[in-house]
Amino acid sequence: MLSSQSDRSRLARIPALGLRALALVSLSILLMVLDHRDNHLDAVRRAISAAVYPLQIVVAAPTRFGVWVRDAGATRNELRLQNSRLKVERLLTNARLQRFTALEAENDRLRELLEARRQVRGEVRIAEIIAVDANPYRHNLVIAIGQQDGVYDGQAIVDVNGVVGQIVEVGLMTAQAILISDPDHALPVEVNRNGLRTVAFGTGEFDRLELPFLPNNADIRAGDLLVTSGLGGTFPSGYPVAIVANVTRIPQEPFADVTATPAAALNQVREVMLIWSASPAVESADEAND
Amino acid sequence: MISTRAARHLPAVITILLALMLTLVPLPKALAPFRPDWVALILIYWAMTAPSSYNVGTAWLIGIFLDVAQGTLLGQHALALCVVVYITIKFHLLMRVFPLLQLTATVFALLALHQFLLFWINGVTAVTAPAISYWAPVIIGSIVWPFLSMFLTGVRFRAQTGN
Repeated sequence: MLSSQSDRSRLARIPALGLRALALVSLSILLMVLDHRDNHLDAVRRAISAAVYPLQIVVAAPTRFGVWVRDAGATRNELRLQNSRLKVERLLTNARLQRFTALEAENDRLRELLEARRQVRGEVRIAEIIAVDANPYRHNLVIAIGQQDGVYDGQAIVDVNGVVGQIVEVGLMTAQAILISDPDHALPVEVNRNGLRTVAFGTGEFDRLELPFLPNNADIRAGDLLVTSGLGGTFPSGYPVAIVANVTRIPQEPFADVTATPAAALNQVREVMLIWSASPAVESADEAND
Repeated sequence: MISTRAARHLPAVITILLALMLTLVPLPKALAPFRPDWVALILIYWAMTAPSSYNVGTAWLIGIFLDVAQGTLLGQHALALCVVVYITIKFHLLMRVFPLLQLTATVFALLALHQFLLFWINGVTAVTAPAISYWAPVIIGSIVWPFLSMFLTGVRFRAQTGN
């Protein structure tokens, strides 16, 4: 009782509550307009994200601990099995890699013959994911490297199987990425088999992409591999994106209904790789050399 | 003096931090749409019981935090929380004497308003309109409210008698 009475007496001292609320609401609207129009507020976001960072670390701690417990609790037998499996895998990969080196050299030689520009190979770095699905309707994730490590806006992210997404926001020690399955994401791709170019849109489901701009007579069929075409400028070309799952041609519609399954396990990744493709300046220098 | 003042703020600060964490903690895909709006619930509670200490300014700051952490439009959660807390403070004396059922209904309305504001802002900025499960947090939040408010009252009582 006493506390409620003292609250009531203090209530009179909230100066102009309505005015304050109005001011803050207008300020929010102003912020939203600025944020929506252009990225005027990146510096502000970056500063606040540094304050949010400890919270994200604490929140991610249980999952990290769980992984640690699972690793520590693995039995000798499991480890031996895993070890032998990895050895076999490595052998196979090495064998494939030998062929790859030869092919790469051959490819370079052929490109030289054709006087085409040599393909740029980017630098790659592994980053740990510290938070996923901050909001269930936007597919994005937070990774544990940021501005300090040279991460930049629009940078491509892949996992071992294919393209995962791209960076949309860089904090001091973290960065936020949008997945290719986000409904707001579109990615220029081409069919690996015949070079047919199109755009893959996210649908909001982790296991489905849409290719809405393919005419009914387009040469595409289920099982085709889609790779990045590199035409959007953000993604380096040639990374696998998805496998065409379903092609439905409706005669009276102008476009075929094509869906694809992402190659990367978008909702299961724990680590991703960031690609530093060579900057435009370097590319143009290469061109000058050629 | 400072230490007692700090002690008075401790329950609210800790519960608000916990609410932020619960909002950010990753959930399995199937459960994620049903996560109640912890931050809105906690802020409604503290705005109702101690409006002079936790009012629109607090709500706005926490909202900005949430916007940055979730990567939403800067100011979106800030605006929604600000409005909800303003209404709570306007009616806080009434809400304190409401029986639990009526109070829960009021909280339901506040949570619905909160979700509506976020929905409208999403609509204006053309973020894709989500499914029917978008409204699940409102219902789950109302179910959680009675237990949460009882728990928080216990915490507050203990903190007061502890001093």
